[in-house]
Amino acid sequence: MTMAPEGPLAHQQIALVDVLDRLLAGGVVITGDLTLRIADVDLVRIDLRALISSVNANVPSPWEEP
Amino acid sequence: MTDGLRYAYAVVRDTGAPEAALDALTALEGVTGVADESVYAVRHLGLAVLAGAVPGEDYAEGPLRERLEDMAWLEKMARAHQRVVDTAGAESCVLPVRLATVCHGDEGLRRMLATGRERFASALDRLEGRVEWGVKAYATLPAAGPPAGEPPAGAANTADAPSTADAPSTPNSPGAMSGRDYLRRRKAQRQAAERRWGDTEEGARLVHDTLCGLAEQSRLHPPQDPRLSGISDHNVLNAAYLVRREDSADFAERVGELAGRTPALRVELTGPWAPYSFTAMDETSGTEGKTEGAGADG
Repeated sequence: MTMAPEGPLAHQQIALVDVLDRLLAGGVVITGDLTLRIADVDLVRIDLRALISSVNANVPSPWEEP
Repeated sequence: MTDGLRYAYAVVRDTGAPEAALDALTALEGVTGVADESVYAVRHLGLAVLAGAVPGEDYAEGPLRERLEDMAWLEKMARAHQRVVDTAGAESCVLPVRLATVCHGDEGLRRMLATGRERFASALDRLEGRVEWGVKAYATLPAAGPPAGEPPAGAANTADAPSTADAPSTPNSPGAMSGRDYLRRRKAQRQAAERRWGDTEEGARLVHDTLCGLAEQSRLHPPQDPRLSGISDHNVLNAAYLVRREDSADFAERVGELAGRTPALRVELTGPWAPYSFTAMDETSGTEGKTEGAGADG
């Protein structure tokens, strides 16, 4: 169990999957004016697809077109 | 230069101070973004968005689509994004933006602020002074261990002997016992696993319920896939809690206590994070997390 002494999390100690839990299922979703919505990405790589669906299994809504 | 592509990291309140004095921006001194670019603020309507100019060869739609297929590239982007957001949010309130949000020029960023203005402002009000803590719990016992109190017939090892390469759950010589014995043993193993699973689930529920009482909101993320986390232990709880900044030490302490009280679980705490998991009001499990600091006040 680690608690950063102050401020942001200690870099590189954080598991990528923890970061992606937050960055792919959290954060405000902006509509319009974008080059690409991450929901539009038709992922080909299997590991990445597994990752996205794993991170995202119970929260499908942010990935839908608004 | 106001055209070109802009990668958006987070929305903050525009305090009205000169640009250099925006708290979030000051914290970002020396921290670069996803394309190693410096991060600046575009202000509009009482809000500001932290953003960076990113090259079209990586971040225009076509290339970005391709790059996102590359795990190493995705990781680099995700970590840089997280670094900017968490550094900016270390001392002040930031509203993280979803990964890979790219707008057209400063004008596009201003349109984004204008479009989301009310949503952003109310979220910033709600999240002011709060941080996110992540708590994960893993089942400490293997899912299919040897059956308790039933040493394998004829084997020299007793129940608590540290079996090295010898795995009784998968006998490599099934001929050594009858089919009926084998099935009986499998059944006992399954029942033992179910009992352990019961302890594990109960422990996870205790952890979550207790922490909900200390948090303003909670959110359950899907359990992590061992192939992605690299942790083979079964992940039974993957939760995020929104906690007042000043309550963080108490929260962390309580997590430590819970870890001690639930031997069936290994409990991990991460944070403080910017409130990524709580940017949208309706995404949080409000029904579970509404116990408003019960038991936390002293």
